[in-house]
Order: sequence, then structure tokens, then C-alpha cells
Amino acid sequence: MNKKDTIICRCEDVTLEDVEAIMNEGYTSFEEIKRILRVGMGPCQGNTCGQLLQREISKFLKIPLNEVETHKVRPLITGVKLKSIVEATKDES
Amino acid sequence: MKAKIVIIGAGISGAGIAYNLANKGMKDIVVFDASYLTSGATGRCGAGIRQQWSSKMNCILAKKSVDFFETAQEVLEYPRSVEFKQEGYLIVATTKEEDLQFTENVKLQQSLGIPARKCTKAEALEIVPHLNKDAFISATFCPTDGHLNPFTMTEAYYLAAKRMGVKFFFNEEVTEIVVNDNKIEKVITNKRTVETAMVVNAAGGHSKEIGDMAGIDIPVYSENHEILVTEPVEKIQGPMVISFSLNIYCQQVPHGSFIMGRSTADQVRGHDVGSTHEFLDEMAKTAVHILPPLGDLRVVRQWGGSYNNSPDRQPIISDCSELPGFYLACGFSGHGFMFAPMTGLLLSEMIMGEKTSIDIKELHMDRFKNSDFTTYERNVV
Repeated sequence: MNKKDTIICRCEDVTLEDVEAIMNEGYTSFEEIKRILRVGMGPCQGNTCGQLLQREISKFLKIPLNEVETHKVRPLITGVKLKSIVEATKDES
Repeated sequence: MKAKIVIIGAGISGAGIAYNLANKGMKDIVVFDASYLTSGATGRCGAGIRQQWSSKMNCILAKKSVDFFETAQEVLEYPRSVEFKQEGYLIVATTKEEDLQFTENVKLQQSLGIPARKCTKAEALEIVPHLNKDAFISATFCPTDGHLNPFTMTEAYYLAAKRMGVKFFFNEEVTEIVVNDNKIEKVITNKRTVETAMVVNAAGGHSKEIGDMAGIDIPVYSENHEILVTEPVEKIQGPMVISFSLNIYCQQVPHGSFIMGRSTADQVRGHDVGSTHEFLDEMAKTAVHILPPLGDLRVVRQWGGSYNNSPDRQPIISDCSELPGFYLACGFSGHGFMFAPMTGLLLSEMIMGEKTSIDIKELHMDRFKNSDFTTYERNVV
């Protein structure tokens, strides 16, 4: 497998090679890896890379998948335009 | 385990202090953090660096910190990028009072060597053309203010400190500070006991609780400040745009996203760092009002982080009159990230018994004892 061309996070163009390199530096939780490589910070908010990265961490640490901490989920569920939010506040009053 | 000094908190302040102490030759430095690197206020901040303040002390701290940030990448021999982008802060005035205050501020800033200047509306619109011309009356601009990546900047300090032998322990929470006969004896965590005579409280949002553990009542409190980020787009805005009266700061980071935040009126004090739809509504209204084209950007995420506020909104960088060996780096009131180089330098000088680079009596915790402190930082969002 070509790790350089294997995409883990498609929003931020993070490859399997990047992920393995950062785990070898000692960062082995989603939250730490996210803050350096930006995995999960793009428009899909980790919906794609979340599970992929979890599996890579599980393999790297040799621990069962269910022991790998999942990433923090923050609002919003999906991208919303700032002007749509402004419009919505007008309907409330 | 024994340590010369224990630093509590591995945010930018703690990591910076550890680096400076190690750089001065101190050995056996131990840093504890209750969670992961940049999990607290540092990693939640707005990634802005500015020197435009209303208090002289904040101006000096900020200016000297920027001087360091300009060289940080090389000095700390950091392999990734700290993403220091100096494209300025544009601070807009919306009222007569603000306009007058800003004229005073700029005079002070210029007297301290900060290249800030007053701008007319037309000049401000040249710097940020998509500003709503009806939303402000004048502005100030400092071209050497800008953006810095909080994660990589902190990691740069962390890796440099680690290379010099500082020991970091993450996901390890300090639970007790043992003091006997007015001397610090031990720091106890959920995993170990460390014998030490010196402790640095750089615990950010939790610095009051750390003070309580040592029996020291620090006059700070924490409150949640919320923030959001949009999808990345082509570069359209160089500087950070701020308004204190409209309650907004907003910048486009090098990656392309816009980050923006504002404070919440009558915020409840405490450690909540959650997100609210009220913030989202108010933030969207303010951003679209002052920077109309931003209305087309999609918000992808929001979060919150602690401001650790001091009574005069200036930091407490101080030793402790009541407890020898107890040092404080707290009360940054939302600006600990951008002052970190000076926090690290000044505290390390104090701890090593050297003369500090600047007189910092004004930053001592004792300034609050008589409640006659005279300065108050007004330039806070």
C-alpha cells in the first residue's frame, strides 16, 4: 500500500504516512493529532476520518478499537452560512 | 521522585516558563498537565498577537513578546511552522469616546516603539476593503500584530524544553500541594508524589484552585468565552479586525478559515467551556454587520475556552509574599498566549534570583491588596 497516497482526512489532505509519522513522534490520541495535522477540523468535522484514525491508533498502540478514545464532537452538525444564521434569528422575534 | 521545581500546566505559559528555566541552566524541572498538550485555554484561543493596548505594562509585554515571536521558529529550532503572520490588527472605533480613547492609546503605543497609527475611515477601508463603511468612524492599525498558531507555537516551546531535559507528564492531575511551616514540601498528583520546594502555578483556567491547594487566595476567576471557525476560503483579509464596542474579533488564518469570537454579557463564572446557540446568533449578526461578505461563509465548528480574569485585566506574573517558592503566571484575562515569551522570561529571571528585564512590580499579586491599583486594561474583547 502506498501510504503517501492513502488519504485519512480528505478535508485537510492528511495521509496515512502523515498519521504514522506523528504517532511515531508520540502523539497517539485523536485530539493531539488533530491539533497538529488538522485531521477532523474540516467541513465534515471528523465524520470520515474519525473512524479511520481510530483504527490506525488502535493498530499502532496494539489495543482494541473500543479502547481508543473517540474525538470530541462539537457543534455544528453541518456547515451553515453566517447569513442564514442571521436570517433565522429574525424569524424568532 | 524529586524535582527542583514543579510547573503546573503545560499550556503556552507553562511550556514557555519550562523552556526559559532550562535555557538558564536549571535542572530537574517537572511539568504536569491534567490533560494533553494545548488542551486548555491556549489551544482554545483566537490565535491573535497584538500590541495595541491601553495599559503601558500590557503594551511592553506584548511588544517584547512579538520581538521574540519573530525569531521563535529559529531560536526554538522547531521543525514545523509556528505560522507567524504579521499582517496587522485593525481596531475600529464606533463611538466618539472610543475614537478619543484610541488617540490616547496610539500615543502611548508609539511612545513605547509600537508602530501603531490612527486611521481615517478611508484609510481603514484601504486596509480591509470589505468593512462596512457605516459600521465605524475611525480605526487604529499596527502592521506588526498578527496571527500565530497556538498548537505549534506551544509545541515549539515544549519540544525545546524537552530537548533540554524538562520532564513533562500529561494526563496527570495535581491533587495536593503539601505546605509545612510556610514551606512547600511536596506536590501530589493522581499518579505520584514529588518532593519539591518550588511550584509555578501556570494552570490557566484552574489557577485559582491551584492557589487554594497551596493556601493562597488568588483574586482571579474563570469565565467561558466562545468562538467559531468557518470553512477555509481564498485569502480575502490580511489583518485581524476588532471592535470592543461591537464586541468582536475576527481574522482569516493562514489556512484560510475565519476565526471569530466575542464575549457573552453577564457570563456565569466557572469552568464551563461549552457552546451555545445564543453565541452563534450574536456572533453571526455582529460579523455580518461589520464584515458583510462573511455572510456567505459556512460555520463548521464552535467551541469555548476560559479567560482567567484578574481585577485589572493585566496578568499576575509574580512570586508570593505569603509563601516562598510559590510563583504565579495567571490572570491573563484572555491574553496569555500572546504574552507567553515575556511570561517565561520574567518568571525564569525571578526564580533564578536575577534582576528582571523590566520592572514588574505592577504585575505582582500584592497590587490587589489595597485595591488602589490605578490602571485598568480597557482593550479587551
